[in-house]
Amino acid sequence: MRSYAPAAPRAAYREPGGAARFINHVLAIAEAEVRKLRHDPFELFSRAVQPTLWLIVFGQVMARIRGLPTGGLPYLTFMTPGILAQSVLFIAIFYGVSIIWERDLGILHKYLVSPASRTALVLGKALSAGMRGLSQAVIVYFLALLMRTAISVQPVHILGVLVLIVLGSALFSTLSMVIACLVRTRERFMGLGQVLTMPLFFASNAIYPLGLMPGWLRSISSVNPLTYEVDALRSLMVQGGSSTFGLGLDFVVLLAAFACLVTVAARLFPRLVT
Amino acid sequence: MSSAAIRTAALTRRFGDLVAVDAVSIAVRPGEIFGLVGPNGAGKSTMIKMLTTLLPPTSGRAWVAGHEISAQPARVRRSIGYVPQALSADGALTGYENLLLSARLYDVPRGERARRAQEALALMGLRDAADTQARHYSGGMIRSLEIAQSTLHQPAVLFMDEPTVGLDPVARRAVWEHIRELRHRFRTTIFVTTHYMEEAETLCDRIAVMHRGSVVAVGSPAELRAQAGPDASLDDAFIHLTGTSIEPGGGYREVLRTRRTARRLS
Repeated sequence: MRSYAPAAPRAAYREPGGAARFINHVLAIAEAEVRKLRHDPFELFSRAVQPTLWLIVFGQVMARIRGLPTGGLPYLTFMTPGILAQSVLFIAIFYGVSIIWERDLGILHKYLVSPASRTALVLGKALSAGMRGLSQAVIVYFLALLMRTAISVQPVHILGVLVLIVLGSALFSTLSMVIACLVRTRERFMGLGQVLTMPLFFASNAIYPLGLMPGWLRSISSVNPLTYEVDALRSLMVQGGSSTFGLGLDFVVLLAAFACLVTVAARLFPRLVT
Repeated sequence: MSSAAIRTAALTRRFGDLVAVDAVSIAVRPGEIFGLVGPNGAGKSTMIKMLTTLLPPTSGRAWVAGHEISAQPARVRRSIGYVPQALSADGALTGYENLLLSARLYDVPRGERARRAQEALALMGLRDAADTQARHYSGGMIRSLEIAQSTLHQPAVLFMDEPTVGLDPVARRAVWEHIRELRHRFRTTIFVTTHYMEEAETLCDRIAVMHRGSVVAVGSPAELRAQAGPDASLDDAFIHLTGTSIEPGGGYREVLRTRRTARRLS
């Protein structure tokens, strides 16, 4: 870890260590996001519509088929974690547009001229997106309890779900930021975002089990981080749920994918302002 | 290194075939208000982007507060403040929250953040608006908030890109007062780009005139006027030096950006 001598001659700061500074920068950005949401929570309410429709309309109808091999789970119980992962994905995958927006406004320039490292900026933004994702967990738990779905409300399970939601949001919002850095305009970004969401969603185990997929689709889904997020969510959220890949592997895959994306995004970030 | 607050040596930036900044060598003295003027597309914004480490130079070198911009960008960033041309305060946050965010990003110690933010609000005349979201501020108030944000850490050098574009005359004068006050209180070196000759004349100790990527003249406003002849105004000096009037020209993107900023300010 490098330590910098204070550069501003008149500023007699006690310089905190590099790691403490880094964490402070990340949290500063995430905290600003939470404050923004507190000023204007309307967005969170409008985000409740989509998971509600999926669970109450799509879920109720599909549940009547009783033909899907869901491992003995009622279909609604099976799909609830999938819908949570999906609604979190849909929010996160468009997060990059807010980065382009902040670039257009000049907010991003100011971040990039601050002493915060590029990695800290990306992580701060990713964590901010994670905070937004948490609202979906509240909505889906509420709906699931309302519909008397057999979900676990043990504190340790709920805690695990919240961690997964933050991780999943952070991962897909970082993917979104990478795309934003590459395409650089809102118009192109919106087009690409639309193209990406559905394949990510359908090539996963969110609303049907892996076993039903044709081989080619199963191969794609096995490199789709969403599959591992749903797998972990299902094992934690569902009463007596179990994981296909193992909770440990799920977390390792998600963390590794996140780390790769953060590295790429931090490298590309300055491209946005040049 | 030299004792200059900013020094550039043959600093150059190309975009493909276009030479946006062509071997510029200037020195800015500590505590000086230094103006960079020139028509749209002269290379002013590219200069500021390189000096603030947002854009790497193609060739040449530059030192800001004693640190080389390519070799020590992190140190440069710790020594400077930056007010971009576009409005960079976050409209969804209050004035006070904007200041707290900047204080954390610039490593102002936890125990000092609140006090410095309050002081800055008082200095900029924003105390009554501290808990209002910045999106409800007037253009002059936003600029004042941004100046406060970029100086909380008491930078050695403050960069401002067209700080008064789109402001009404009263707000423009208020921004000038803030800039002078900063220099007076903290001896901050201030590097400002501007379109407005009146602004350059009343605010700056020295001015560099940029034209097609090169600096064609450097001097005090009086010295530049003298070059254009007796009784010449700074406008005359500018036309004499660049052969163009300052208003027209500029790329589509630049004009669009300026208009967008002006619209948000009014």
